[in-house]
Amino acid sequence: MKSPRSTLLAAAFIGPAALVMAAVTLYPILYGIGMAFTDFSVRHLRHQDPHFVGLANFMAILGGSDALGISFPRILGFNLLWTFVNLAFHVTLGVALALLLDRPGLRGSRLYRAALILPWAVPTYVTSLTWRNMFDAQSGAVNLLLASWGITGPDWFAHFGTAFAAVLTTNIWLGFPFMMMVTSAGLKAIPRETQEAAALDGASAWQRFRHVTLPQLRPTLVPAVLMGFIWTFNQFNVLYFVGRGEPLGQTEILVTQAYRFVDPLGLYGTASAFALIIFVILLAFTLLQVRLTRAVEDR
Amino acid sequence: MNARKTGLAGWIGLLGAHLGLAAASMFALFPVVWVVAMALDKGSEAHPTSLRLWPAQPSLDAFRQVLTHPTEIEGIRFVDLALNSLLLAGGTAVACIALGACAAYAFSRFNFPGRRAGLVGFMVLQLFPPVASMAPLFVLLSALHLRTSLVGLALAYASGTLPFAIWNLKGTFDTVPKELEEAAVMDGCGPLRTFLQVVLPLAAPGLAVTTLFGFMAGWTEIVMAWTFLEDPRTFTLSMALYNMVGQYGTTRPWSEFAALSLLLSLPVVVTMLLLQRFIVSGLTAGSVKG
Repeated sequence: MKSPRSTLLAAAFIGPAALVMAAVTLYPILYGIGMAFTDFSVRHLRHQDPHFVGLANFMAILGGSDALGISFPRILGFNLLWTFVNLAFHVTLGVALALLLDRPGLRGSRLYRAALILPWAVPTYVTSLTWRNMFDAQSGAVNLLLASWGITGPDWFAHFGTAFAAVLTTNIWLGFPFMMMVTSAGLKAIPRETQEAAALDGASAWQRFRHVTLPQLRPTLVPAVLMGFIWTFNQFNVLYFVGRGEPLGQTEILVTQAYRFVDPLGLYGTASAFALIIFVILLAFTLLQVRLTRAVEDR
Repeated sequence: MNARKTGLAGWIGLLGAHLGLAAASMFALFPVVWVVAMALDKGSEAHPTSLRLWPAQPSLDAFRQVLTHPTEIEGIRFVDLALNSLLLAGGTAVACIALGACAAYAFSRFNFPGRRAGLVGFMVLQLFPPVASMAPLFVLLSALHLRTSLVGLALAYASGTLPFAIWNLKGTFDTVPKELEEAAVMDGCGPLRTFLQVVLPLAAPGLAVTTLFGFMAGWTEIVMAWTFLEDPRTFTLSMALYNMVGQYGTTRPWSEFAALSLLLSLPVVVTMLLLQRFIVSGLTAGSVKG
């Protein structure tokens, strides 16, 4: 019903939101894109005269100039490793636990479910600060637990391997419940009869999962994994508050590195250029994923 | 039924399920129990020296200390911090729901030029990491002399949460049957009344979830608040919590950090658990629609 009247009505409904978004969302982003091509820094906050520097910020970031002291390929590589390892754990744990909870004749499944959902409900910010304390070398619960078993716990953030294990544990803790909840919701939509029919035909538990359950879960899991990818790729809180980039910036991901340019460095131009690069990378991944999903669904 | 039929194998499977679920539950509960035990322990030592999952000397001292003396800054009361947090979170949530619901309704129901472009635009906006708009917002809000105020911060939060709110609410409105509105219009209902009295009540779960997300964005956000605000009178509860673990945090015992963590999380945790069914179905439905 495309009539002038409905267009007018639509305009009336959208108007306020459009105005506010133009002012507080779109304008800052466009302004930021402009800033990415300047040398905007702390001293320009009062005297607005940053210089146009062309692609210098992008070259400095991508070309690995010594002035910034970062290696972009390394950070991107760690960011991808971080995302894929997390998603693998989230999906495997989430699907496995949902299947266990769905088992016929299991008692106490409501109790288990309540316990397993809890991490999802806690604000990520509080989770992150708490896990940082949990991994404290002297007073942290993890090392104290290890000590009670007679094991001397490591200084978690002194080496890359243990620091990665620490941030990974934190993010697995806060991320698996969502995948479990999504899978549980998906399982409810699958009629049990298909399972029983497959069992009668002599399919093993693994075969039933692989060829009956999993294909039917795909429509629910695919969008959840796509969302999880973006969330995990941009997981600021865990890497900033738990990892803190330690040791020596080795657990820095793109968004935490971008923030370092804002605070404490005050290099707003560089930060804007960095953010723009992150955006382009995410856009490329999203377009690729949309294509892959379509390909899967069309099959 | 299945278990009985398969006999021994079924029992072993059930036992395995219990073992797996118990192990995962222990992993999920461990930090929570640790924090609760710490918060309820009499703060005799600054940092724990042994693992306690049950307070040695149960007391509410840590909570009392946090409520009367939340930060090291003189004259800042817990009520002020909580009020600032509430204003920020409430303001963000109201902006999200008031502006977002109207815009989402238009995207769901009307056909107008630029509709597709708008929807794709919101999707793309969500790809901008929050940190992307931080540098420009810092500069722009500074120029407007709003950066160090709660109003400026609420604007910054709304800018981040509105695209998600509109996208999420559009998904909800899409599930409300059109026939009901047509019936209302037949009965002589104007467009605004139809929207307010027919559509909105049916979209209640989606509205609740969007409000919660807007509220959470303001309630637990720390990075922008920490970077933008300067005057202690505008500080929030989540800033007070960061203060306890930051560079000044060494003097505060961990029991107080645990107590403030619990006070900050409790309202969110309870609401999340109450709304969990709608959150999960809403999030996945919204994205499937594309």
